[in-house]
Amino acid sequence: MSQQKTRMVPLPSEGIIPERDAGSMPVLECRHLGIEFGGLKAVDDFNLTVGKTEIAGLIGPNGAGKTTIFNLLTKVYQPTHGTILFDGKETSGMNTVQVNRAGIARTFQNIRLFSTLSVEDNVKIGLQGSMSYSALTGILRLPGYWKNEKRMHERALELLSIFDMQDLANHIAGSLPYGAQRRLEIVRALATSPKLLLLDEPAAGMNPSETAELMSNIRKIRDTFQIAVLLIEHDMKLVMGICEGIAVLNYGRLIAKGTPEEIQKNPVVIEAYLGKQKGADA
Amino acid sequence: MKGLKKTMRVDFATYIGVTVAFVVMYLLQLGGHLSNSLSGQMVPICCFVSMAVSLNLVVGISGELSLGHAGFMSVGAFSGVIAGMSLADVIPSVPVRLAIALVVGAFFAAIAGFIVGVPVLRLRGDYLAIVTLAFGQIIKDLINCLIVGYDSHGLHIVFNVSGLKSVTDLHLEEGGKAIIKGAQGAVGVTKMASFPAGYILVMITLIIVLNMVRSSTGRSIMAIRDNRIAAESVGINVTKYKLIAFVSSAALAGAAGALYGLNYGSLVSSRFDFNTSILILVYVVLGGLGNIWGSVIGATVLYILPEMLRSFSNYRMLIYAVVLILVMLLTNNEQFKQWRENMAEKLGRGKRAEGGV
Repeated sequence: MSQQKTRMVPLPSEGIIPERDAGSMPVLECRHLGIEFGGLKAVDDFNLTVGKTEIAGLIGPNGAGKTTIFNLLTKVYQPTHGTILFDGKETSGMNTVQVNRAGIARTFQNIRLFSTLSVEDNVKIGLQGSMSYSALTGILRLPGYWKNEKRMHERALELLSIFDMQDLANHIAGSLPYGAQRRLEIVRALATSPKLLLLDEPAAGMNPSETAELMSNIRKIRDTFQIAVLLIEHDMKLVMGICEGIAVLNYGRLIAKGTPEEIQKNPVVIEAYLGKQKGADA
Repeated sequence: MKGLKKTMRVDFATYIGVTVAFVVMYLLQLGGHLSNSLSGQMVPICCFVSMAVSLNLVVGISGELSLGHAGFMSVGAFSGVIAGMSLADVIPSVPVRLAIALVVGAFFAAIAGFIVGVPVLRLRGDYLAIVTLAFGQIIKDLINCLIVGYDSHGLHIVFNVSGLKSVTDLHLEEGGKAIIKGAQGAVGVTKMASFPAGYILVMITLIIVLNMVRSSTGRSIMAIRDNRIAAESVGINVTKYKLIAFVSSAALAGAAGALYGLNYGSLVSSRFDFNTSILILVYVVLGGLGNIWGSVIGATVLYILPEMLRSFSNYRMLIYAVVLILVMLLTNNEQFKQWRENMAEKLGRGKRAEGGV
């Protein structure tokens, strides 16, 4: 794949998104987002704009509040300050389920699969939002049951084939190797047909060749589904390799935003990661 | 479609197993080859199989410990008895009346399940167990206060909270009949239950539970059991699906209770106490959590066992307890598990991808 340099354009709302997304509404806009836990500001005045088909990265040292932001976006926590605009609509008052229906899907840092169910069932559970039938239809095995189950089965295998996992469909999810479990979480999230995919450390525990494969797969997902991806990752090769825009978080505050090139050169970011260098001129 | 076929094969094996067992026992019963005591056990066995399968839906599939299952059984039993008795003049056909009694029992148990479920399902683990336990006791005491009779004007119900009222307070007209007499329970019940009716109840329970488990509803319920946060993140309404599992389980217990109630001439609410709830839980646990055919076998074997042990008189419950302990040791034994898996593979029926059902 030819790696074209992405140009970022500033928006009136102080966000920056890739040039190709400038024509359409940003999929996500956080404005002055914040949450306090008993006086401790875990996230404070967080502003971020993610374009409709952008791959964006959220990085920062451990404990910077990255996962907390994912939890705010998916309403695991309700923000105490600020607003989240998703697809132009405010998400205040929504719960986790409603946010997912609106189009935000996520994976988890510590894998959360339905571990006693089969791989296929894990994906089917994600599909149920769009291919549902009533409990009674299922009990009586009415035509709707057979039709939807067949569609779900086909679609599940189709989605699993993104990661070449269709042969694992009948395995128990909890018995899969670590890397495959991470990939299955992504497939399950994709099954809910999201507009924004949140990946929490997707490459954790993967070896370099698996990571390289994951990078091309994340791009493939963005291109085929035309969705936005926001990812948290410590593997800088992955972040710098696929992210178009990067936001850097430290102590719950945004310290830098920009393209990978800009972030790599930013002295504030270098300081946050490596500490202050005595007498060095960046 | 391989996964689907495999689970379907297990389901059909369960249906066929139950049917074969029924046909054999029924023929033996008709031929008079069963002892009187064993013959009388057939309907209760069917009821308790049904109870165990429906409790498995909550404890095994939904993963919530409920200790009040007998409470739903008693709601079904007494409402079923009232329906079965009071409709005697309107509907002379016994099978039809029995079917209606079962539906009425299931309906009222479902309502009780809903009322209990809405607040209780916000709790988890031990707390849920304690509240369901309390519910079972409350239901028992409430039914103790109930005095019900009927005459040509319909049902008369008196709620005897003070303990001072009696059947005369029903003000029944000439020819009216009291069905439930407070703490005495239901008396003079016409015995309507039969072994074939029990078999049909078991089959309906199995079909409902198994089909539900294999559908999107069952998958959602199991997803919540496996990981609640992940289930919410993929858009599953946790409260809704927990409630579906809880209420359907209560309804099925109600139907089983109605059949149980109509199998005896008299019925007291203390029969559905805490011990009964625990007994059903034991059937489910020993049969295997989430394993439906295990519940069928567990309930059958453990219900008959004390009867079989009658000849040991005083040592009966001691031997029963020892058997329970041995079964638990055996099912947790690694070597036995290995042997069982080997056997399963040899028979070409490995159940690897069944989602633990």
